[in-house]
Amino acid sequence: MEQVITGKAWKFGSNIDTDQIYPGIYVELTEMEDIRKHAMSGSEEPDLAQKFKPGEIIVAGTNFGCGSSREHAAMTLKGIGVGAVLAESFGRIFFRNAINLGIPLVICPGISKEVRKGDELKINFETGLVENQTTGKTMKAVPLSQYVMNILKSGGIKNLVREKLQNAK
Amino acid sequence: MHAIEKLLAFKAGKKEVHAGEIVNCDVDYVGINDLYYQTVKSFYEMGGKKVWDPDKVILFFDHYAPCATEKQADNHKKFRAFAKEQGITRVMDIDKGVCHQLMADYGFAKPGEIVVITDSHTTTHGAFGAFGTGVGATDLAVILATGQLWFMVPRIFRINLVGKLPKGVYAKDVILHIIGKLKADYGVYKAVEFAGPVLKELSVSERMAMCNMSTEMGCKTSYIQPDEITMEYLKEHGITDYTIYETDPDFVYDADLTFDVSEIRPQVAVPFSVDNVSDLADYAGTPINQAYLGSCTGGRTEDFAVAASILKGKKIPTSTRMILVPASKAVLEACLAKGYIQTLLEAGATLTATGCAACLGIHQGLLAADEVCISSTNRNFPGRMGSVKGRIFLGSPATVAASALNGVITDPTPYLAGGER
Repeated sequence: MEQVITGKAWKFGSNIDTDQIYPGIYVELTEMEDIRKHAMSGSEEPDLAQKFKPGEIIVAGTNFGCGSSREHAAMTLKGIGVGAVLAESFGRIFFRNAINLGIPLVICPGISKEVRKGDELKINFETGLVENQTTGKTMKAVPLSQYVMNILKSGGIKNLVREKLQNAK
Repeated sequence: MHAIEKLLAFKAGKKEVHAGEIVNCDVDYVGINDLYYQTVKSFYEMGGKKVWDPDKVILFFDHYAPCATEKQADNHKKFRAFAKEQGITRVMDIDKGVCHQLMADYGFAKPGEIVVITDSHTTTHGAFGAFGTGVGATDLAVILATGQLWFMVPRIFRINLVGKLPKGVYAKDVILHIIGKLKADYGVYKAVEFAGPVLKELSVSERMAMCNMSTEMGCKTSYIQPDEITMEYLKEHGITDYTIYETDPDFVYDADLTFDVSEIRPQVAVPFSVDNVSDLADYAGTPINQAYLGSCTGGRTEDFAVAASILKGKKIPTSTRMILVPASKAVLEACLAKGYIQTLLEAGATLTATGCAACLGIHQGLLAADEVCISSTNRNFPGRMGSVKGRIFLGSPATVAASALNGVITDPTPYLAGGER
């Protein structure tokens, strides 16, 4: 996981549920190359998968990823190469799913008021500083727990469990 | 400590735990839904060979039952092969029903136990004093590999329900009202306990509906202190081995809220969010194309009973279709034995297979653009039941039946005979 990233922001509202991030009809898909195509296809940016460039950043209001437990919602964002997701808060299952897959999530109160679509953001995951380079405004994220940071730094929970299973032998 | 904290502490092998602390807990039952073959993929991707305890793993073929596409069928086929390979015998195949109802029917949800299922409505099992929580595929795979999962000990808020439920007002109306007041993100990362004298008036079925919907205000889990109603249910289902934890009198809740149910009238959640709640009266007369009775929220025997009582000897207008989806085989059988299904079919309803069906827009009753549905299910997000322009109103099963009867959103109260509340 890189300590500092910069990227263009895509902006969403509050309570963006997993049906908007990844509609239920596509949950039957199991391969990443198929899953990535439907990112945000139930939302107001239905063509995001075609427009999104790897490393770009998603910004949302409160409760991003509320609703169903479908890991596809996190997988599809990983599939399009999201650099980070910044929101005022996250639905808890989405939060776990994304962290487990090694997607950096940033809880940043007030973020939705300070970022417009297309703004350039710089995020320092170590210090928690989020800088809107377009407006010059700087914000501070809520620090993630050590436990969660450890999962992210390991590149996702699968790597941790793999180590644990190997050590148990 | 709270009963939930005592439960988590025991499962983590600790004397005590505190809100905010991360603990690794032994899990008592895990359930995998047919939507998430990714669980199996993640299990092997993390180096899993054998699941930690095949007797504690349940596979639920509910969301696709029976399969509508070749891809779904292929996922079921792979799941059946996984079960065989791993010696998993609890395979709830396409005839059985929705996972949360089956957990109750089979007595798998018990006081003092941790239940983790790949479904957000796993909060349902708080109705039995269990710690039920939904996770994604990879989290579930972690349990398959290790028998444990990490949890942050949640802050816990309490909702005290006081007063007397008016006729025509059900647990579904109460929980919609609460979500409308507290909003969709009030309970994020938190647990909710339902308490107060009204609980004595609520059956296990209604308690399940309330705990089920607590996820719609973001809650990680829900809890109802097991009482004689819980124990009677467990006894009827042959369950005798369980642990009931009690909350210490000095426990301080994150918030202690009181709702007087006497003031609640039949409610609807209005498109397109569950917390967009109004008195039904504000939307009475809205024409509906579809009335949907089913799901882990509102597809139980009691729900069919009230619907049948409202529609007995009546005809649903041709402008409206009614879809029936019993939550499980046991529910279907009970409804057939009581004649509820026959009554509803005579009124013009359509019976579909037990399972999740159109609740999440997979099959068996999707909406076209600009169609309106009144539904006893749990979500009315854009596209949840087909077209993103389909409009879903959520209400109680009685509201669904009364609305089907008139072809417009209708307060069920005048249609209830003396026996119903």
